[in-house]
Amino acid sequence: MHLGPYAGFIIAAYAVALAVVAGLIGWIIADHRAQMRTLHDLETRGISRRSSTREVA
Amino acid sequence: MPLLDLANPSRFLSLVDRVLPWLVVATVAVFAIGLYQALLVAPDDYQQGATVKIMFIHVPNAWLAMFCWVVMSIAALGTLVWRHPLADVAAKAAAPLGAAFTFLCLLTGSLWGRPMWGAYWVWDGRLTSVLVLFIMYLAVLALWRTVEDPSRAARAAAILTLVGAINLPIIKFSVDWWATLHQPASVMRLGAPTIHSSILVPLLIMGLAFMLLFLTLHLAAMRNEILRRRVRTLRLMQAQAGA
Repeated sequence: MHLGPYAGFIIAAYAVALAVVAGLIGWIIADHRAQMRTLHDLETRGISRRSSTREVA
Repeated sequence: MPLLDLANPSRFLSLVDRVLPWLVVATVAVFAIGLYQALLVAPDDYQQGATVKIMFIHVPNAWLAMFCWVVMSIAALGTLVWRHPLADVAAKAAAPLGAAFTFLCLLTGSLWGRPMWGAYWVWDGRLTSVLVLFIMYLAVLALWRTVEDPSRAARAAAILTLVGAINLPIIKFSVDWWATLHQPASVMRLGAPTIHSSILVPLLIMGLAFMLLFLTLHLAAMRNEILRRRVRTLRLMQAQAGA
C-alpha cells in the first residue's frame, strides 16, 4: 500500500477515527459495568423495585 | 415479539441482550471487509491520489452525523407526541454518538482539505452548517446534563432537537444553494452516483460498517440509560425510606 506524499494526513485521519471509535466503545462498556455494579450494590442492601412488572424508564 | 412489546423496558433489555452479540460480530466482519477494500483494493483517484482513502471514513461519518439527528428528531416526536417510554432514552443515547461522528466528519474533512484545497478550514456553506450541527449536538448534551429530572430534560431536549432539524436540509442543499468549495452530492443524488464503482463499492461497504457500528453502540447506550434510570429510582426509594 503506497500512500503517496500525503501519507501523514491519511494516517492521521484513520488514527483519529480509530481513537474516537475506541473511546466510544470503552466509555459504553465502562458505563454498563458501573450501572450494573451500582444496581447490584443497591439490591444487596435490600433496595429493589416494588414490582418486577413496574418499569422506571 | 410484537413491536409494541418493545415499549416495555424489560423486554427491550432482553431483546438487546440477545441481539447485541450478533451485531458486534456483523460490525467487525463488515469493517474487516470494508477496510480491506478501502485500503488495499480501491485504486487511487486520478485527481485526489491516495487521499481518496480519507473519503472512506469521512463520507460515512458525514452520513451518520445527519442520520443520528434524524433518529433524535423521530425520538423527539415520540417524546412530545406519543410519550413513548423509550423515546427519550433513544434520543439521549444517540446524542453523544452523533456528536462523535460529526466531530470525525469535520476532522477527517479538514485532514483531506489541507492537501486538496490548501486549507484545513474554509467558511464554506457545507462546512459551516456541519459545524453548526456539531454545536447543536453539544447543546443537547449540555441540556441533558443541566436538567436533573429525566422527563423534564427529555421535553426540553426534544424541542431543541426539532428546532435543530431545520439545519438538516440546509446541510444537504448547501452545496446547491451557495457557491462552495465542497463538491456537490455524488452518491445520494437524483440519477446514478458519479463515482466509479471501484471506489463506490468500498465506500458503500464502509457506510454499512459505520451504520452497524452506530446501531450496536446505540442499543448498548440505550441499555445503559435504562439501567441508569433504574439506579436513580432505587436511590430515590432509598432516600424516601431513610426520611
